[in-house]
Amino acid sequence: MSRRNLLAAALIAPLLLLVTLSFLVPLGATLYRAVDDSEFSTTLPRTTALLRAWDGKDLPPDEAFAAIVEELRNAQQNQEAGAVLSRLNFEETGLRSLLLQAARASARLAPPVKDGLIALNPRWGEPELWRMFKRATGPWTSLYLLRSLDMRPTDKGIVHAGAEDAVFLPLFWRTFEISLIVTVICALLAYPVAYTLSILPQGWANAGMMLVLIPFWTSILVRTTAWFIILQREGPINALLLAFDIVNQPLTMIFTRFAVYLAMVHVLLPFAILPLYGVMKGIKPDYMRAAASLGAPGWRRFLRIYLPLTMPGVAAGSLMVFMLSVGFYITPALVGGSGDQMVSYFIAFFTNTSVNWGMAAALATLLMAMTALLVIVARLIVPGFRSGNVKV
Amino acid sequence: MAGTAPSSPARKLSAGRLALALVTALILLFLVAPIVVVFPLSLSSGELLVLPTPGYSLRWYEDFFTSSRWLSATWNSFVVGIATMILATLLGTLAAFGIFLGRFPGKALLLAILSLPMVTPVIVTAIAMYFSLSLVGLGSTLTGLILAHTVLSVPFVLLTVLASLQTFDQNLLRAAASLGANPAIAFRRVVLPLIAPGVATGALFAFATSFDELIVALFIASPGQFTLPRQMYAGLREFLSPTIAAAAVLLILFSVLLLALNEFIRKRAQARGASPSGPTA
Repeated sequence: MSRRNLLAAALIAPLLLLVTLSFLVPLGATLYRAVDDSEFSTTLPRTTALLRAWDGKDLPPDEAFAAIVEELRNAQQNQEAGAVLSRLNFEETGLRSLLLQAARASARLAPPVKDGLIALNPRWGEPELWRMFKRATGPWTSLYLLRSLDMRPTDKGIVHAGAEDAVFLPLFWRTFEISLIVTVICALLAYPVAYTLSILPQGWANAGMMLVLIPFWTSILVRTTAWFIILQREGPINALLLAFDIVNQPLTMIFTRFAVYLAMVHVLLPFAILPLYGVMKGIKPDYMRAAASLGAPGWRRFLRIYLPLTMPGVAAGSLMVFMLSVGFYITPALVGGSGDQMVSYFIAFFTNTSVNWGMAAALATLLMAMTALLVIVARLIVPGFRSGNVKV
Repeated sequence: MAGTAPSSPARKLSAGRLALALVTALILLFLVAPIVVVFPLSLSSGELLVLPTPGYSLRWYEDFFTSSRWLSATWNSFVVGIATMILATLLGTLAAFGIFLGRFPGKALLLAILSLPMVTPVIVTAIAMYFSLSLVGLGSTLTGLILAHTVLSVPFVLLTVLASLQTFDQNLLRAAASLGANPAIAFRRVVLPLIAPGVATGALFAFATSFDELIVALFIASPGQFTLPRQMYAGLREFLSPTIAAAAVLLILFSVLLLALNEFIRKRAQARGASPSGPTA
C-alpha cells in the first residue's frame, strides 16, 4: 500500500469502525431476528435433539413426550419458559395453555408419559402438533416473514390468510398508497412554487426561498405539533369555520386520513421544492427563446422543452419525498387514526407493546427491502440519480 | 444559485402569470401559516389552545422556564446535540479527507456504506439501536443516544465536506509538501481553511439532526434522559397544555437561528469565492 493510501485508510478507519460497530452490526443482528428460531432449541435442548432425529411420520418416540414435559417443567420453575411459550403461541394461539397445562400436570403423569399426556389433552396425540414442534427446533424459520405477508407455514405447505384475516398486505398497500398520494401532491404543489421562485428577481426569490427554508429547518415534530393543535375540535380552523357560519358544528379533522395527508405534505413539500428549484435555476432561457423563435406556442414550449428539462428535478424530489414517506412514523402516529397507521407504527408496536421481536424484525426487513427496491428502480429510471444529493 | 432571472418571451403580466403568482403565494402561505399560528397560541392567557385568545401573557413561557422537566430536556438536548456535533464533525471530516486522498477502488461502495444510515428508515435504525445498546449496557444512557445520533448525522458531514473538497486543488498539497509541511500541518494550515465552510455547514446539520431527532430518542431515552422533542411528544400524548405551544415557538426560533447561521456561512463562502457548501455533490 502506498503511503498515501495508508494515510487515507487511517483517516477513514475511525468512522468506518463507528459505523460498523454502532450501525451495521446492530442492523444485521436486528434483521437476523426475522429468521432466527432459537427459543425452542435453547430452552428444550433434549426434546430438540429427539425431534430432529425423528422422521416426522406418525408420532415421535416416547422419550420425546417425557423430555418435553420435564424440560418444560424445569424451565417453568426457573422462569425461563416465557420465550418458547410466546414463540409457539404466536404460531398457534392456544399452545401456551396447552404447554402450561402439561408442565403443571407433569408430577402427576405416570409413565408412560405419552398416554398420560394424550389423556390430558388429545392434541398431544396429533402428529401435526409434533411436526410443528419439529419445525420450531430451528435454527431458522420463515414464520415471521411469511406472517408479515399474511401467510403461514403449515404441515402441507404455505397457506394464505383469507381476505378478512389479512393484516399486513393491506398495511403495506396502505403505506404505499399514502406515500404515493403524498408524493404526487408534493410534486404538483412544488412545481409552480419552484418555477415562480426561479423566474422572480433575486431579491423576491430569496424572500420566497426563506418561506420554504424556515419550515424545512423546523423539526418534523414541531410542525406536526402545529397541525395537531390547529386541527383540534376546538382549534383555530374550526373556530374560523364556525365564526363564518360555514359549518354548524365543529368538523372532526384530527385523527383522520385527511390530517395525515395534510401534515405529511406540509412536512415533505420543501424536499420536493428544493431540488426542483435547483434544476429550474440551471435551465438557460435561451432554450425557451429558441423554441419561441421557431414558432412553438406557449403550452407546446412547456410540454416539449421545459417539462422534460425539469423532469430530473421532479424525479429527484419525488423520490426523496416517497422514500421519506414510506418510513414515516411520528406524523401518522400523532394526527392519524388507528386506520391511518403505516408500517413503521407496527414495527414500533411489535418492539414495545406486543414484544414480538421476530415480527418487528420481519416488518423492518420488508420495509428496508421496499426502500432498497425504490432506490434501485430510481437509479434505473432517473439518469444520474444518487441518493442523498438533494439536501440544501 | 447566482444569476439573473431569465426573461422569458412573454414577460408581461398575463392572466396566466397572475394565476401562477397567486397559486405560489397560497402554497407558500400553506407552508408558513401553521408555524405562524403557534405564536399567538403560545402567548395566550387562557388554559386552552383557542383562537382568538382570551388575552395575552407570558405565563406558558414562565411555565416552560420553571418546569424541571422542560429544563432538564433542554439541557439534555444541548448536551447530546453538541457532543453529536463534535463527534460527527471530527470523524466525518477526517473520513472525507481520507476518501478524497485515497487512490483505491470501491470508493463509491465505501461512501454508500458510510451514508447508509441516511437512507435507512429511521424506525429501523431506532429498533436496531434499542436492541443492541441495551446488550452492551448503553440502553437508557445519554452516551447511547449520542452514539446513535452521531451515526445518523455523520453522512451529512461526510457529504458536505466531500462536496467542498471537490473544488480543492491537489497541487496545493504538493506545494505544501515541497515547502516542508508534514501532512498534519498541511491539513491544518492549507486544507482546513479552504474547506471550513463545508465543515461548518456539516457541523450545523449534525447539530440540527440531533436536536430534532425523536424516533431514536423514543426508544432509548427513559424519563431522566428526555430530550426536547421527546418531552414534547410525551406532552402531546398526555395533556395538551399551551406550554407545548411555547416550547414549539422556542424551537421554531432556534431553527430560524440555525438557518440564519447556515445562510451566513454560505454567503461568506460565496463572497470568498470558495465553493458553495451543501451536500449537492
